[in-house]
Amino acid sequence: MILPYLILAGLISASLFFNRNKMVTYVLLCAFVVLQFTITTVECSHMGISESGYFVADSLSILLLLILSVLCVPAFIHSIIFLEGRNNSAEESNIYFAAMVVLMTSLTAAYLSSHIVITWIFVELTTLSVSALVFHKRHAKALEATWKYIFVCSISVTLVFIGILFLSMAMHAKGVTDLSYDTLITQAPFLDVFWLKLAFIFIFTGFTSKLGLVPMYAAGIDAKDNAPSPAGALISSVLVNVGFVGIFHIYEIVSHTAVVYWANKIMLISGILSLFFATVYMLHVKNIKRMLAYSGVEHMSLVVIGLASGGIGPYAAVLHIVLHSFVKPALFFQIGQVHRVYQSKSIYDIGNYFKYNVSGAMVLLFAFFTVTGMPPSGMFTSEFLIFRALFEDGNYGTLILVLFLLTLIIWALGKNIFKMLFLKPVHFKEINIVRINPLESVSQFILLALVIYLGIAPPQVFVDLLQGALINIAH
Amino acid sequence: MTAILLILFLISLLYIAITNRLNSFINILAFQGIILFGVAFIELIKLDFTNLLFILLETIIFKTIILPAFLTYVVKKNNITRETEPFVPNFLSIVIVTVIILISFTLSQAIHDDHINKLFFIVAVSALFTGLYIIITRKNIITHVMGYLVIENGVFILSLAVGSEMPMLLNTGILLDIFVSVVLLGVFANKIGEILQGHDIDQLRKLKD
Repeated sequence: MILPYLILAGLISASLFFNRNKMVTYVLLCAFVVLQFTITTVECSHMGISESGYFVADSLSILLLLILSVLCVPAFIHSIIFLEGRNNSAEESNIYFAAMVVLMTSLTAAYLSSHIVITWIFVELTTLSVSALVFHKRHAKALEATWKYIFVCSISVTLVFIGILFLSMAMHAKGVTDLSYDTLITQAPFLDVFWLKLAFIFIFTGFTSKLGLVPMYAAGIDAKDNAPSPAGALISSVLVNVGFVGIFHIYEIVSHTAVVYWANKIMLISGILSLFFATVYMLHVKNIKRMLAYSGVEHMSLVVIGLASGGIGPYAAVLHIVLHSFVKPALFFQIGQVHRVYQSKSIYDIGNYFKYNVSGAMVLLFAFFTVTGMPPSGMFTSEFLIFRALFEDGNYGTLILVLFLLTLIIWALGKNIFKMLFLKPVHFKEINIVRINPLESVSQFILLALVIYLGIAPPQVFVDLLQGALINIAH
Repeated sequence: MTAILLILFLISLLYIAITNRLNSFINILAFQGIILFGVAFIELIKLDFTNLLFILLETIIFKTIILPAFLTYVVKKNNITRETEPFVPNFLSIVIVTVIILISFTLSQAIHDDHINKLFFIVAVSALFTGLYIIITRKNIITHVMGYLVIENGVFILSLAVGSEMPMLLNTGILLDIFVSVVLLGVFANKIGEILQGHDIDQLRKLKD
């Protein structure tokens, strides 16, 4: 199924690029949504069966595919609203939609791939499509963000490739030339430790540019800030997940060897440093979109800290990834509406949001409680489990530090969001205010409700998928 | 013979560290392309004909002719009269690159593997870190791209070490080479010249918190 999917999606993307008629564009987008849902359902029933030699659906890829399919509908809807409001040329919106379809297709393929080189190729493709999305507004700032994103991601992708070469050298010494994840995991205990360590550090560093962690997080921040908000929603959720997939697979491989203790330390250091940077920036950042981007860094640092802690940690990490991919798009879609009302991203220009857009303000309020992990948010569950993993690991110092930094982050986020909701804006004139249709907020309410539902009363299927995702991690 | 070529490559890295002229930088890149052609030819002669031809064409046509020609075109078109200005004095640069090469040698002592020629590893790691060093210390965007190309050459050498057994990896590496170079240079180096005046990295400093 994956090959026909790739071909069809490629065709849709190409026709989106060349077509000049608006109605045809909408039809093509609907066709892609149908295609995306079809592949998701087909893959759900094909779990564990290898396709075309390089693709196999496991629990983690099914989870991430489901997220992607759920998000693609609101992403298209909000993109259409966004483009309508801007009077772009037809060519610009065509490039935008074509790039978005390419992004979703390459993400799907990267999630499903069972071969480390195939994952790498599709991750490279995401860089290209994301840079087209970031460059959409075509001003100097967008150019700067795109340039930084392409450059940093190209270097990161090269680092990943070097890591793969080191892995292949380790395998080469054992006479194996197959680099699929299954073979790598079964061969892992026999591999040379030196190569394995080098491979881990290079692949981890490379994928941090997608996941948004120290050392390569900076390019992602600029990209999320300058991309149109619907694209920002995708960059901060499904694209982050592809970085997680890369790191998760290499972690699965090293978890079967003695290198895992060393790898855990590296991940903990990266996680804590990221959390620290996120806190420092969130305390003084004045641009609401950048603030959300740094909040993404914060959540991803919690994810790697959970993954590195062992015990219940990896379970909590995957749960956190899933919940984060619902709450962050909700916030980004909402910021799109905020931007349409105030025409600004600066905290100083935004205020009294309840007066201008009640439904949107409700979304922001609920999203604040959800994203900071206050009950009944599902993120409370996952964060609590991560803290528990740290505690059981005997890592009290880290736990205290993490809790302290998280408190500061909640304060910083709360200060700004409540100011946006209730205080009067400083430089805002009440003329020509755009009225936002309350229906536009429905998608965000649904996403936030999903976070609460999946965290508080997870259905058995969901728990099974979460546990199935961890099957290859050695304990 | 491979050893001589690889050592020549290492020497070219030292030269890159102190060169301030864009043109000589481009010439060095072309020179490295020729070296890579030689190494690939010697190492991969056992490979089947089509694969070998593809790899050799990539090194000789793409790395040695097209990329340098295109870089020269970009330099001329955007009128980059200024030379690459390092923040760090040349003497210090050459010391740092020497240290990088020494560290690569020390690191290679940890390899307990008879199948891999250590020299490939040493040259590749040195090229990687020299490239990163150039990117960090130079101001000009086009020099950053060249630093990236030096990294790419290092990656190519590393993939040659396993290339005869896993041609798939080599081909993917080449794919990366062409793809990124085309995206970085073809699309971008042109756009940047149009929107920004000049290629100084200082103009790309507006995104802040």
